[in-house]
Amino acid sequence: MSTAPGPGLRPPEDRLDLAWITDKAVQVLMFIGGISAIIFILGIFAFIMREGLSFVFDRFDFLEFFASIRWAPTSNKNPTYGALALIVGTASVTGVAMLVAIPFSLGAAVYISEFASGKTRETLKVLVEMLAAIPSVVWGFIGLTIMNGLIIDLFDVPIGLNVLNAGIILGLMAAPIMTTIAEDALKAVPDRFREAAEAMGATKWQMIRQVIIPAARNGLVSAVLLGVGRGFGETMAVLMASGHAINIPDSVFDSVRALTATIAAELGETAVGSDHYGALFALGLFLFLVTFAINLTADLVVRGIRKQ
Amino acid sequence: MVDQLRSTPTGGPNAGPGKGAPLVLQIKDLGVRYGDKAALTGVSLDIRENEIFGIIGPANAGKTSFLRAVNRMDEFDSHMHVSGEVLYHGDNIRNWRNPYAIRRRIGVVFPLPVGLPLSVYENVAFAPRIRGVNTKKDLDIIVERCLRRAALWDEVKDRLETLGSLLSGGQQQRLTIARALSQEPTILMLDEFSIAVDPVTTMRIEAVLKELKHEMTIILVTNLVQQANRLADRTALFLNGRCHEIGDTQALFSGHVQHPETKDYIEGRFG
Amino acid sequence: MFTATSLNERNDQVQRRFRLLFLVMTLLLVLPVLIILTLLVVRGAPAISLEFLLAYPKSGMTAGGIFPALLGTIFLVAMALLFSVPLGIAAAIYLSEYAPDNWLTRIINLAIINLAGVPSIVHALFGVGAFVIFFGFGTSILAASLTLAIMTLPVVIVATRESLQAVPQAFREACWALGATKWQTIRRIVLPNSISGILTGVILEVSRTAGETAPIMFTGAAFFLPFLPESVYDQTMALSLHLFVVATQVPDVPDHLPYGVALVLVGIVLIMNATSIGFRTYLRGKKKW
Repeated sequence: MSTAPGPGLRPPEDRLDLAWITDKAVQVLMFIGGISAIIFILGIFAFIMREGLSFVFDRFDFLEFFASIRWAPTSNKNPTYGALALIVGTASVTGVAMLVAIPFSLGAAVYISEFASGKTRETLKVLVEMLAAIPSVVWGFIGLTIMNGLIIDLFDVPIGLNVLNAGIILGLMAAPIMTTIAEDALKAVPDRFREAAEAMGATKWQMIRQVIIPAARNGLVSAVLLGVGRGFGETMAVLMASGHAINIPDSVFDSVRALTATIAAELGETAVGSDHYGALFALGLFLFLVTFAINLTADLVVRGIRKQ
Repeated sequence: MVDQLRSTPTGGPNAGPGKGAPLVLQIKDLGVRYGDKAALTGVSLDIRENEIFGIIGPANAGKTSFLRAVNRMDEFDSHMHVSGEVLYHGDNIRNWRNPYAIRRRIGVVFPLPVGLPLSVYENVAFAPRIRGVNTKKDLDIIVERCLRRAALWDEVKDRLETLGSLLSGGQQQRLTIARALSQEPTILMLDEFSIAVDPVTTMRIEAVLKELKHEMTIILVTNLVQQANRLADRTALFLNGRCHEIGDTQALFSGHVQHPETKDYIEGRFG
Repeated sequence: MFTATSLNERNDQVQRRFRLLFLVMTLLLVLPVLIILTLLVVRGAPAISLEFLLAYPKSGMTAGGIFPALLGTIFLVAMALLFSVPLGIAAAIYLSEYAPDNWLTRIINLAIINLAGVPSIVHALFGVGAFVIFFGFGTSILAASLTLAIMTLPVVIVATRESLQAVPQAFREACWALGATKWQTIRRIVLPNSISGILTGVILEVSRTAGETAPIMFTGAAFFLPFLPESVYDQTMALSLHLFVVATQVPDVPDHLPYGVALVLVGIVLIMNATSIGFRTYLRGKKKW
């Protein structure tokens, strides 16, 4: 048998061999990969600040930005940067989108999670995934062509590119992620809750309404929040379907302009370093902070469930 | 096979190494805690070369934590904290810079059989391969030898290419033992190996262990008191995270105990 | 007895009605996909021919084909994968295999969620500020694909992490017990048994990346180029941007042309997606444990 080395002497097999060194090196590499996400998020923030900072310090007027509806960065005499109309535009489109998406996606989540089974369930899930796969620019194109004509014909209005159009498109775009997250939340409700409700003689609907939905509440709220974030940040579809007119809408048939769409439409025409250019980055910063807050809240809400 | 099983306990104590045998492991004041929860406190014991050292005790007595601490498995579990000393041939394994080298000397077999999702052949060749043995000829020899020693060769020699994870539970547990043997450990630790294995396989593995004892030291954690009686030279009773009593198996099982609880446990009055 | 029965009947009826309501809602949600696809096929199919796929745009993009845009999208996606796949897999391995349960890991997870949640136009601004201007890549394939890579990184990370975690912990412990290092365990057991799940995620990422428009608009995609890019520092056309351009920027485009572009784009994306879904279903059928 092996001979015993005395205390203090290193046993021959205790050496830092190639496997040990490789393991440590790989661990460092993987760690770099792991923190890259943090680096990128900080990078996004830093670079947008970098480009937008001089505008924010030199030109930015808090009152004008949030209270004026006059977004006229190219005016020769008096360029103004009032983002209120853009914020209202984004908010109204997102609002309509949520009116569409919340009932339908939560309803679909309940159906897929609690009623459907086997092949039906799989098919529905695949269809929801396909809905999520359609690119934003294609949705915009659909808004521009199909929806536009449809709205003009149905409601007898002169222009079909408006809050309603962009809202419906955006609702359909936000629905898949909301459905998926809501369905996950419903599925995460332990089966013993269902069994207990069944044992008490509750019907399926009573069980869903009184047991499952309350138990999955946080996940459902988080699904809605992420949907709002999605709608808030959507660019191409809103640019193409909303009419892109600076306007505080009176009805869903008015055209509006969104924050995201403004950046997409104007960035190509500005000179790097100009006020207008900086103003677009300031809009970007605003978008970044708002979506960050929404995502953070959604995450905290979900974490709330796990603690329970 | 059944005769063999019956003959062992009545055949008296297993002839083990005498008191003079060299010490392989010296455990000094070993403690394990998970977070704030202590699992093992103040365990001190010696393990001799070429003995089967049995550890018995009820669930949550700290038996598995003991094995994990000896194998430095706390490296993989951020909640697990180990205190005290484990001397391997007089050398504290806590001071080893390369913990992987310890696990090559001290093999372990877990309660639930785990066939890796590789072929039977590659399961056994896994450890030699990562140690740098790559020629087919050498691997063939190792694989056959280990499978024979684990009493599995005859059952799988014609299907070495099937997935190890698809063998039956009993075969997977012997595959696990063959795998542990593939790196020629000096100590083999088994943690309740028979928990998910049928009685026939249990007997076959017990026979294997009695053979292996001539080549290595075996630490056998078991939930079956009679298994310790059949196999172990010396037996320790763990109770509530402490080593309650250690003694020659024969003495303990014939009633020569220091603590009445030991007798109660052995005779099945609790556990 | 009588009242109990009628109550049950009423419950049954309520039950059926709600079931129907939820079914209708689900169908209303997925129906648009089918309608849109049908319309795209009906109106776009006449535009599609081999020549359409292999010819350059002509007469101010009102005629001809989409070859440079198609090729450009392939370049952009391939380059983006080159960056995001290794990085994403590394991140997923770290999170699944190494990361302790601490504040740093929580922050990484939060960063991933936010990376996925930041609006695509904000990613575009980042791409302009960082890659186009700061690193001096100019508007180029390099800058555009880096922007795309960072934007779609969460897709790879999440899919990879999920498939790594689907490998039972017992396999890892069995390897560690044999003296294998963490990396040996990952390379020989964990990765081989999750590679197909990772591939599924990568295909999904291809589908996401190919359709993105906003992030490449100002970082490397051009409205129109009469030639193919020669290096990663050149601009390129891209299918998604081309659809935007022919749908909104170019006058007198014949109706079928943008539908044709949209059909090709959706076709690529959905085929990729279907491959990913099919692959996943196939894998579920052949488990090794």
